[in-house]
Amino acid sequence: MLRIPCPHCGARDEVEFIYRGDATVTRPGPDGDVGAFHDYLYLRRNPRGWQVEWWQHNGGCRTFLKVLRHTVTHEVRAVATATETLEVPGA
Amino acid sequence: MPGYSGFRILTEGLRGNSGWKPAWRKAAPKPSYDVIVVGGGGHGLATAFYLASEHGITNVAVLERGLIGQGNTGRNTTIVRSNYMLPENNNFYEHSLKLWEGLEQSLNYNVMMSQRGVINLFHNEAQKNAALRRGNSMRLNGIDAEILDRDGVKAMCPIVDVDNGRYPVMGGLLQRRGGTARHDAVAWGFAHAADARGVDIVEHCEVTGMIIEGGAIQGVRTTRGEIRAPKVGLAVAGSTSTLTAMAGFDVPIETHLLQAFVSEGLKPLIDCVVTFGAGHFYVSQSDKGGLVFGGGLDGYPSYGQRGTLPTAEHVYSAGVSMIPALGRLRGLRSWAGVMDMTPDGSPYICKTPVQGLYMTAGWCYGGFKATPGSGWCHAWTIAKDAPHRLNAAHTLDRFREGRMLDERGNGPFFWAQ
Repeated sequence: MLRIPCPHCGARDEVEFIYRGDATVTRPGPDGDVGAFHDYLYLRRNPRGWQVEWWQHNGGCRTFLKVLRHTVTHEVRAVATATETLEVPGA
Repeated sequence: MPGYSGFRILTEGLRGNSGWKPAWRKAAPKPSYDVIVVGGGGHGLATAFYLASEHGITNVAVLERGLIGQGNTGRNTTIVRSNYMLPENNNFYEHSLKLWEGLEQSLNYNVMMSQRGVINLFHNEAQKNAALRRGNSMRLNGIDAEILDRDGVKAMCPIVDVDNGRYPVMGGLLQRRGGTARHDAVAWGFAHAADARGVDIVEHCEVTGMIIEGGAIQGVRTTRGEIRAPKVGLAVAGSTSTLTAMAGFDVPIETHLLQAFVSEGLKPLIDCVVTFGAGHFYVSQSDKGGLVFGGGLDGYPSYGQRGTLPTAEHVYSAGVSMIPALGRLRGLRSWAGVMDMTPDGSPYICKTPVQGLYMTAGWCYGGFKATPGSGWCHAWTIAKDAPHRLNAAHTLDRFREGRMLDERGNGPFFWAQ
């Protein structure tokens, strides 16, 4: 069971959250071409290690959170609100 | 190497079983090959086998990080079927199923292929219409499909609770030619048959880098030294992104967990494969007697090869809803594999941006049934430097071109396929 410390609600079980994708991709501006939107929507680094992800706290405050999580150990190291920045260790 | 046969079992039995040899050699890597296949699971070994048997390319190495058959090949729920809706997919999977039907003769190895039938249950009108549509699509492409009503499901699989109070069974989509095969034997059989044709199977040899000169692959760097080849095929489910990153490009893949479970051994209870329509659950019974079952993804990216309990709970509760008698059973083991999840749920068997680098990847959680077809198409693509018509649509570029193969219509979410 993953435990995710929500900044609004405290530490909760993974069943309250839904994973919503890689939080490091940025939507291109309105002048972005097809290639930029393709990369944003489909291409992923998919790292074996630390990754910043979107998780929605569906069973709690319902906000989207940024979570720094390790994709091998599943350790959750940091959680931030959507507007904050999380640094990937060693990146 | 003498082949396997009933006669040989008899004669070896009389000689104290002293004549059996290992099914494949422990090869040491040579400095160069015509083709290197990275990944010694079912898909990689099948690629090597079909390169040798269909295209006469035998100077081939299969590089495996660990041991043969210890990755996803030995972690799936062994189901074989071709009940897909989109023509690009059902033609491919049907070709794979036809290869399965003759696989034991092609490999001279008993993979315990058992065409016991696969039923997908439906529980309401909408699901029934979807099943009819998929069944009709299959039949239009020459694939067997039947619709069973409630009584038909009850007759074929009496243990299913067709009158479940909350999710009564309205019927099921049946593919009689679907079934199961023994997954370890599939890896061993392809390894045996590829080795017999001269392929080097190199275990404990991890790829650590790609040698690319002028935009073309020249070989790979490994924990056992540099190995050169003008063509390299990737068959490394779960780790595809790691290897393409070495080659300098990203792919539309996220690596996710899928768990599988087996119960204690039982007398014969379920003689087909049944999937639940009101929750994610599928079950069959192995020849050893254990029920083999699984469900959906855990839902977040992971290379960890182990899942967590909420998904296990969902799988068990869906199973007990479909077959209440399972509540009396004990789970024996569970494990997880790592899946290449793609944005449309369909795989890639294709060329890549690097000349001479090919891949069979993105199998989501449907890779086992595709093993022979994937190897066959991957081998064709490598040998001819062009895809076969069966895998022409399974490219990395299909998203850019708006030609998604979105079997379930879920949209571009890796974890929802």
